[in-house]
Amino acid sequence: MEEPTTRSDPRAAHVVPASTLLATAAALLGLTALTVGVSRLDLGPGNAAVALAIACAKASVVALFFMHLKYERRFQRVILVASVLFAALFVTFVVFDTTQYQPDLRARERLTPAAPGASAPAPRR
Amino acid sequence: MTAPALDRAAAAAPRPRFLAGHFEDLGAQTETAQLGIWLFLGSEILFFGGLFTAYGVYRANHAELFRYAHHFLDWRLGALNTAVLIGSSLSAAWSVRCAQLGRRRGLLVSILVTLLLAAAFMAVKYVEYAHKLHHGVGWGAACHPDAEILGELPPALRALPVPARLGTFFAIYFLMTGLHGIHVLAGMGLYGWLLARSRRGDFGPGYWAPVDTVALYWHLVDMIWIFLFPLFYLIG
Repeated sequence: MEEPTTRSDPRAAHVVPASTLLATAAALLGLTALTVGVSRLDLGPGNAAVALAIACAKASVVALFFMHLKYERRFQRVILVASVLFAALFVTFVVFDTTQYQPDLRARERLTPAAPGASAPAPRR
Repeated sequence: MTAPALDRAAAAAPRPRFLAGHFEDLGAQTETAQLGIWLFLGSEILFFGGLFTAYGVYRANHAELFRYAHHFLDWRLGALNTAVLIGSSLSAAWSVRCAQLGRRRGLLVSILVTLLLAAAFMAVKYVEYAHKLHHGVGWGAACHPDAEILGELPPALRALPVPARLGTFFAIYFLMTGLHGIHVLAGMGLYGWLLARSRRGDFGPGYWAPVDTVALYWHLVDMIWIFLFPLFYLIG
């Protein structure tokens, strides 16, 4: 079948080598074992940080090789990185915000003579 | 070549079967499909971002509840499902490779393997959900764990009273893993569609964009599970 070819012929696309795909899967399984192993150690608040760091490493491996971003034009990376950054920004600032108000909320709960089981603050006038 | 000569060459070449009328050639069509799926995946990340925020807020304020509640989840089943999804991602990437190289048999086998592994993931998820729901571990106000499931907790936790807000943890758990599960079911539907089309012999070196876009979606589903697994099953 003869087709007119222009700037990007799908027949000339970069085919990810089989060895790369197998190595990617092996790396992902290895990192899964690592994250299970590390969760057994008691690192205090470090546990969550290490678990997230390993998850980010795994997600990057998936994006670069399985999703072949390593071989794509830059624009698709921009979309992925931008949406991850904005989602992370959203989580981070909301968590900052809510932890900021916790001391005030706790103080208020102590001051309000709470009905049994109710922790809702009294309506403000 | 001059412009009229190009026009004559284009008119002489048969139009590829799956080339939509508004595209000049399959290259333009493939690139548009890839841009479209990446924009969709970006919106999916923001979509899940709302749930990750709910998780972050609740864990930041009630870390002790998360340390207690994760003992209701079996990390071995979570790890098994992680491995199953990694395997399915491998076969999904393999199917793209087979389509690009024109290997029809390999394409069929890898799509079928992806579909079976996705079903295996849902089967494990069913076992987990059924176990919790049969023992009263639901979400929100419907969370009243019975004596049997409390007996499965580590001895040190069994002595503690059941936290009042346990149901909120499970609301977040069921929402996040449930939304992820719905994505897995959607992916199974898409792989069923790809299986039927590749049996018909639609895909090959010139036309593999549907195999690629579905695989990209599938990898995102895998990627979200990569975060859900440590966030729920591996809380120290």
